[in-house]
Amino acid sequence: MKAVIIGCGRVGSAVAKQLAGEGWDVTCVDEDENALARLGAWKGGFVVGHGMDKDILEEAGAAAAQAAVVATDGDNSNIVIGQILQRRYGIDCVVVRVLDPARAEFYAKLGLRTVCPTQTAISTLTEAVRACETGGIRQVTG
Amino acid sequence: MYIVIAGGGKVGSNIARTLIGMQHEVTLVEQRRDRFRQLEGEFGHSAMLGDATEIAVLERAGIARPPDLVLAVTGDDEDNLIISQIAKEGYSVPKAIARVNDPRNQETFDLLGITETVCATSGLLGLVEHEVPEHGLVRLLELRREGLEVVEVQVLADSPAAGKRVVGLSLPEGSRLVSVMRNGVAEIVEDETVIRPGDQVVAILKPGAEDKLRRALVG
Repeated sequence: MKAVIIGCGRVGSAVAKQLAGEGWDVTCVDEDENALARLGAWKGGFVVGHGMDKDILEEAGAAAAQAAVVATDGDNSNIVIGQILQRRYGIDCVVVRVLDPARAEFYAKLGLRTVCPTQTAISTLTEAVRACETGGIRQVTG
Repeated sequence: MYIVIAGGGKVGSNIARTLIGMQHEVTLVEQRRDRFRQLEGEFGHSAMLGDATEIAVLERAGIARPPDLVLAVTGDDEDNLIISQIAKEGYSVPKAIARVNDPRNQETFDLLGITETVCATSGLLGLVEHEVPEHGLVRLLELRREGLEVVEVQVLADSPAAGKRVVGLSLPEGSRLVSVMRNGVAEIVEDETVIRPGDQVVAILKPGAEDKLRRALVG
């Protein structure tokens, strides 16, 4: 099984290593060649370039991929690249990181698998506060 | 008409000025604070500060009314794509026109269903080709939605079409000659029109037939 990871930052590189460890054939794409260092001893593919660039996506093997993760530092770039991978290369499993909850929800409705770390943080933090209250911490009220 | 313009640079601000002069209602959205201040000086409440790829910003600009037209003319192609998609698919804006900054991204706009685009670079390149006759065939107009294009071909003395009647030319399927420009005067082409050296022939054709048409006319 082949996966392409667009954006090899903290998140992209960690997902790449995880999937490679589970036996996936993984190729990463990043504009910065230094991003390769984040992958450690890396046996998978690595292509330097922009994920909007057709030649770069083809060099990364998008046409043969079963899965793609898009996690560059730009929401709009991620959404556009995600749709390119879905529509041009027919990849069923395209997962896109979108930090803005509103855009994440909008594009989820349009059929993109968006993951919103901001929304996750909001839910987790709110949940943590609720847990404190039920744990017996008294609320101070005026 | 109500028109939302995303991007207050040279393109956006000039369009806004013209449209306001034509009595249209305009909201011009600009994300850079320094640029916004200048725009506010000229356009007052028609200028708005914000990132037009954010849904909340678009809603403040009245995207839900919806506008008759959205122009996505920022300097960033990804942003223009997102703004057009949100307008069309999220708020049923009847018409969204996007600026393509890098002509290599044209394919992506087509792929994502943003078919009404304007690319200054491609337009300029077309004009340059027009001035360089060696290319043989110049694209004058691309009717993307109709799947047709209008081209111009310069006929030379040694061109196979020179001296022939139009009806006797073997033109490729899906192409038709429209007019010839001769000594500065344009004439509509009839079957009996004779093509002469020096003629600038305008043809309409389906994309893909350019090479065959060029071969039929100028070899």
